[in-house]
Amino acid sequence: MAVHPLTKSLPSNWQARLRNGLAQWPIYRDRARGLLLGTRAHYGLLFVVLVYALLIAIGFVYLYPLLFMLITSLKSPTDLLNPMVQWVPTEWYFGNYVRAFRVLNYPSTLLASIMVSVVPSVLQTAVCSLIGYGLARYRFPGKSLLFALILATFIIPPQNTVIPQMLTYRRLGLLGTLWSLVLPALGGQGFRSAIFILIFYQTFLSLPRVLEEAARIDGASEARVFFQIAVPTALPAYVVSVIFSIVWYWNETYLTVIFLEGGIQTLPMQLSRFVQAYQNLYPPGTVNIFDRLNEAIKLAGTFLNILPLLVMYFVLQKWFVESVERTGITGE
Amino acid sequence: MKAPSRSPVSLRYQTRQALQGYGFVALWMVGFVLFTLVPLVETFRYSFHHVIVSATGVEMTFVRWQNYTRALFTDPTFVELLIEYIVETLVSVPIIMIFSLIIALFLNLKLPLKGLLRTVFFLPVIITSGPVIRELVSQGATTVPQIARSPLVLEFLARLPRALRNPAEYLMTSFILILWFSGVQILIYLASLQKIDRSLYEAAAIDGASSWESFWKITLPSLSATNIVVAVYTLITLSHFSENKLVRYIYTQTYDIKGGIGYASAMSFLYFAALALILLMIYLALRSRAPKV
Repeated sequence: MAVHPLTKSLPSNWQARLRNGLAQWPIYRDRARGLLLGTRAHYGLLFVVLVYALLIAIGFVYLYPLLFMLITSLKSPTDLLNPMVQWVPTEWYFGNYVRAFRVLNYPSTLLASIMVSVVPSVLQTAVCSLIGYGLARYRFPGKSLLFALILATFIIPPQNTVIPQMLTYRRLGLLGTLWSLVLPALGGQGFRSAIFILIFYQTFLSLPRVLEEAARIDGASEARVFFQIAVPTALPAYVVSVIFSIVWYWNETYLTVIFLEGGIQTLPMQLSRFVQAYQNLYPPGTVNIFDRLNEAIKLAGTFLNILPLLVMYFVLQKWFVESVERTGITGE
Repeated sequence: MKAPSRSPVSLRYQTRQALQGYGFVALWMVGFVLFTLVPLVETFRYSFHHVIVSATGVEMTFVRWQNYTRALFTDPTFVELLIEYIVETLVSVPIIMIFSLIIALFLNLKLPLKGLLRTVFFLPVIITSGPVIRELVSQGATTVPQIARSPLVLEFLARLPRALRNPAEYLMTSFILILWFSGVQILIYLASLQKIDRSLYEAAAIDGASSWESFWKITLPSLSATNIVVAVYTLITLSHFSENKLVRYIYTQTYDIKGGIGYASAMSFLYFAALALILLMIYLALRSRAPKV
């Protein structure tokens, strides 16, 4: 029997092996399908690719303004005029930052911003924790009314209460000083105090009472129980509150512009009068064309404005993104 | 009653509890009266007066409802801005809620790089201050021009009826900004998603439910309380934002010679009323979907 040249190189039992392989085809097919579409144990490849593509696309749209700002702020005046230069500047040009730094009067406004956001934040957090603790641990009549009023302070727009406060501060000579922000914070009426009260309420509610009871039986006073037992156990809530409060105070401009008028100049306030400040430093007409105010300088100023917060965010990132889990405001 | 107590004045347990509780919240009550209640009532009083602030003090002349009628019937800008505010808010709130829920659902999957993505989506919370947003908007950084100004989009907008065109145009031009307001909301949804009992999903899967069905039958009903929190938070953040056009208008009118404090106060209260109305609408819309236990 003549052996066909093609089959000669094959093992003698090739027919059986082929049949066997074909019989196993459904298994391979199922494995491939599992890999692509997912099984109970893991997600499918197609699914993962799709989700990543979506998330990256959305992430790009999300970050687009920031990228735009960063790139534009690095463009030299010639790059700005050149329509060919869109995303990649021809050189690293930091002249915009130098000007924006001077126009913003950076060192002093930065210091003012830090002071204006840190001091009220710390006080607000301390006061809100006291109130949250009182609500979580004691039973007293009128508590539901108190909750309703706390919610109301969250909802009432600032412009409905700001003018009489401003006039009072003016009469007392406190307008333009830090006191105008510190006093409401001390009364639990600072910027978004209601949220922080609820954070502390939830936190203290979720902590076990046993330790506090034990201390009380040992004769500790209520104040001592609060400061020596409740505060240390609720430390994560304090950190979250302080950093969120700092961010919100930093970014708040409606109240700060009204209360600090004629006094402290913060970074966002200086940014909102950037054009005017620029023209004071570089009067139009006297400077050459390359020193005129352009969008690159403005965006450099904007970037300098958010830079401190960005640094803070990347350092304390974990605290920010885990904040909600740590403090548990989810609506129960 | 002979309570064995060493203190000279022995109070009942409940009374003592209540007093201690009041002690903790006393600071807030004082603050509320001084910094919220009194100013609120005072602003309400201003809204019925013509107010002139001079170096010596505040002069007020009673004008009845004049400030209110002027805002609603004489001032064309205010009414226009008020309607715009209501429409934009009613468009933005659901979009932000849906967007943040979708992102939260994605981030809730067990995927690598989850932490990085979470950082990206939370970033806007850190940087959204009024002046920063104003700069970004005025430099055109918040719209993707290739999309917003493409002929297709312009054509589509031109064909819409006028009532739909404004919200649609608003959506196109400030889409990124709308999304930027979802940072905190994503975290809130994420935290509630993680609280849902895993075994519910397993039981449903054994009974043959697809993940699509489990989403509608398990995930969404479990989020009904969270939805209200997210909706209220979104509404308030949008309405208190200092770049809100209506807020800006009221602010400029406060210092305007023709406007004045009285007029601005009246507008503030009308604005507050609109806000309360939207709040009520949101509450009614979301409450009816809550499961009846």
